[in-house]
Amino acid sequence: MKKTDAIIIGAGPVGLFAVHQLGIKGLSAVVIDNLDKAGGQCIELYPDKPIYDIPAVPECTGEELTKRLLEQIKPFGTELFLNERVDEVNKEKENWIVKTNSNKEFMAPNIIIAGGVGSFEPRKISLKESEKFEGKSVFYAVKNKDNFKNKNIAIFGGGDSALDWALELSKFSKITLIHRRNEFRGAQHTLSEIRKLEKEGKVSIKTPCQIVSLESEKELKSITIKYDDGKTEKIPTDVILGFFGLIMKLGPIAEWGLNMDKKTIAVNPENFETNKKGIFAAGDICSYPGKLKLILSGFHEVALASVECFKRARPNEKYRFEFTTSSKTIQDRLGKK
Amino acid sequence: MTKITYKDYQGNSKTIDVDNGLSIMEGAIQNEIPGIDADCGGAMACATCHVYVEENWFNKLPKAEASEIDMIDMAYEPKKNSRLSCQIIVSNELDGLEITTPEKQS
Repeated sequence: MKKTDAIIIGAGPVGLFAVHQLGIKGLSAVVIDNLDKAGGQCIELYPDKPIYDIPAVPECTGEELTKRLLEQIKPFGTELFLNERVDEVNKEKENWIVKTNSNKEFMAPNIIIAGGVGSFEPRKISLKESEKFEGKSVFYAVKNKDNFKNKNIAIFGGGDSALDWALELSKFSKITLIHRRNEFRGAQHTLSEIRKLEKEGKVSIKTPCQIVSLESEKELKSITIKYDDGKTEKIPTDVILGFFGLIMKLGPIAEWGLNMDKKTIAVNPENFETNKKGIFAAGDICSYPGKLKLILSGFHEVALASVECFKRARPNEKYRFEFTTSSKTIQDRLGKK
Repeated sequence: MTKITYKDYQGNSKTIDVDNGLSIMEGAIQNEIPGIDADCGGAMACATCHVYVEENWFNKLPKAEASEIDMIDMAYEPKKNSRLSCQIIVSNELDGLEITTPEKQS
């Protein structure tokens, strides 16, 4: 079990800035996130979209903002645990014990939930029958390419993931690319490559259509798709790959006994503590009168929460407010000479 | 004030007055109409305020931007008359508009 001063759930901009606010106060932290990279919604939903309301930064993309925050917290050497979802939170005396879905355990007097709208999970095919094939012949990500060799693969989706994998897997499998409308929104050059493969008969493209059923005996045999004009077609299929994007699911957070208001957590706006002592919520996931879901609001919220975290992590020390411009201690912590 | 009718997938419907200038999504949230989640709060980043717009009305609405159409790809069971309700702004011209919420949002 890893001991630390604060466990931050969510590696979005607010979770990352929490590391900074704790770090300059001399507190250690770990960050846990279900995605495979830091950045949260900024990186997953709008990496290329400019953000115009970060103070003193007239314009930057979600990706740039994430990069800069990672740069800003580098001096603290904080460990990021990615691809991990926090499943359980339990109390042990003055500490909280957090357990992830891969059975990692962390202990700290403070938890800051900066979880946005919950964890990102792939959106699934809406057919009930597809559930029992999940992980066997229905997948929403490619972990090991070798499992996708010499198969009849139906790839669903119109974005970069669908196009990239269609291209890659067409090297050793028969690909049918299926999308609900005629336009693909992936990168243009990938699309031209795919169109070329279509002409060569290596990839077959079906649009505009959607899946209506799966046919199986013990194993998946084929799928039936329906075109907009009502025509249907059966396609022999061993493997389905669905790339319908990600949805945000609140997940286990709802079960930790926190005061919830719909999908948000009620907090005290003085220190952003929830109804549980030592559990804080900040960013999009917290609610209080007048709450705005802005990144800058989240920055403010973790700054205040970090003060309360200090009091809990260092009960015998006095908290002294300091400026980064003048505090030698803070400058040391930032590695500035 | 403009009358907007929100129907659910089972056919239950509710007609409410929504202030001009608000989005169809905000009208639903403020009046606690179920079936619209709006996880991202109207940033066109999540597709959980997805609705079907009654055919005649669909053609009268200002066309969806490319980024909205891209986001609709991520919605639960999108159809030809799908829109994100956060992008439809209520005005006098929309008086009587009918939308239907999908069976679920995610």
